Amino acid sequence: MTDIRADIAGQTGPGDASFGDYVQLLKPRVMSLVVFTALVGLIVAPVHLHPVEALAAIIFIALGAGASGALNMWWDADIDRVMRRTAKRPVPSGAVEPGEALGLGASLSVLSVVMLWLATNALAAGLLAFTIFFYAVIYTMWLKRSTPQNIVIGGAAGAFPPMVGWVAATGSISIEAVLMFLLIFMWTPPHFWALALFMNSDYEKAKVPMLTVTHGRRSTRNHILVYTLLLAPVALIAAFTSIGGPIYFAVSLVLNLLFVIGAFRLWMRREERAEADKYAAEKRFFALSLAYLFLHFAAFAVEATPWAHALSTYVGWETASWL
Amino acid sequence: MALTREHELHKRRQGRNIGVLVVLLAFVALVFGLTIAKMTTGDQLQGFDHTYRIEMDPGARTGGADE
Repeated sequence: MTDIRADIAGQTGPGDASFGDYVQLLKPRVMSLVVFTALVGLIVAPVHLHPVEALAAIIFIALGAGASGALNMWWDADIDRVMRRTAKRPVPSGAVEPGEALGLGASLSVLSVVMLWLATNALAAGLLAFTIFFYAVIYTMWLKRSTPQNIVIGGAAGAFPPMVGWVAATGSISIEAVLMFLLIFMWTPPHFWALALFMNSDYEKAKVPMLTVTHGRRSTRNHILVYTLLLAPVALIAAFTSIGGPIYFAVSLVLNLLFVIGAFRLWMRREERAEADKYAAEKRFFALSLAYLFLHFAAFAVEATPWAHALSTYVGWETASWL
Repeated sequence: MALTREHELHKRRQGRNIGVLVVLLAFVALVFGLTIAKMTTGDQLQGFDHTYRIEMDPGARTGGADE
């Protein structure tokens, strides 16, 4: 009898990746943000799903996001290989074959959309399909390598999950869903450009036309300030809709003050100063941007509790009639 | 000795197989749970069973005649 083990020592091929490698293909960190924002979209909606339906909706929205992540890794393997931050991803590291990433991404895309349709409604499934298409085709295949405004438009893909969550529960799009979308959409540019300020060499090596590469750091700092100033009113207006309230307003006011101050600081900084302290302020602003988004959505979730409703009634908080 | 030694590749494959098994079982459980949830929260349904039932005929219930 021949032992096949003797022939495979140290050799791996297609299909020999570990389970964890396939999980990495789905970008679990991005998925966690999607799960959180989609869950908030479901929680704050005026219509409540059966808990199992809500769980299914969250799982399939996350799966759709993971599928678009796999498609992104399949397409971007060449530039991921060049960038230090992404070189260890499953496809550029050789753990997973590009065709496997494509197959997994495409099949999970179809599965997640069909299952979300069956679990909730056609509009939510359609929005999820559009989100996957937007991220995989519009952003990854087209905008990312062709324009410095790539993340501005591409940011829409990351902004859809709370809207999909809301639509899964209600079956329709309303001002609240649009504001949650706009909050992430307007937040994405300052968040990624702050990252680009201190990861510039990576994008330059990969020839990705990030704003820092095409227009320089000065212009990027200007853009960060402008988008941060545009973001603040969007975030604050949400306080006067059915998903907002006094707690959200207080949280949002503090966070936007900090964010605007941070953006002003970045705008005032000279490159020599930033290089001298190894982009400490830029890294702080990036960390603040993560807290900014998390706390805004956490505040939405808190406003959906009975205690927050009681507080709103107590202080006489009213939603704006013009919204 | 060498004939029975487990290669790292086998451990990886085993881990992957167990992972796929868990995912498939979870998927089956989710679809089952979803079915039960839909059945308990949805409207009352009646299947067609080859006999005329007046309660299933909207025209008969409202008293209107079919055009």
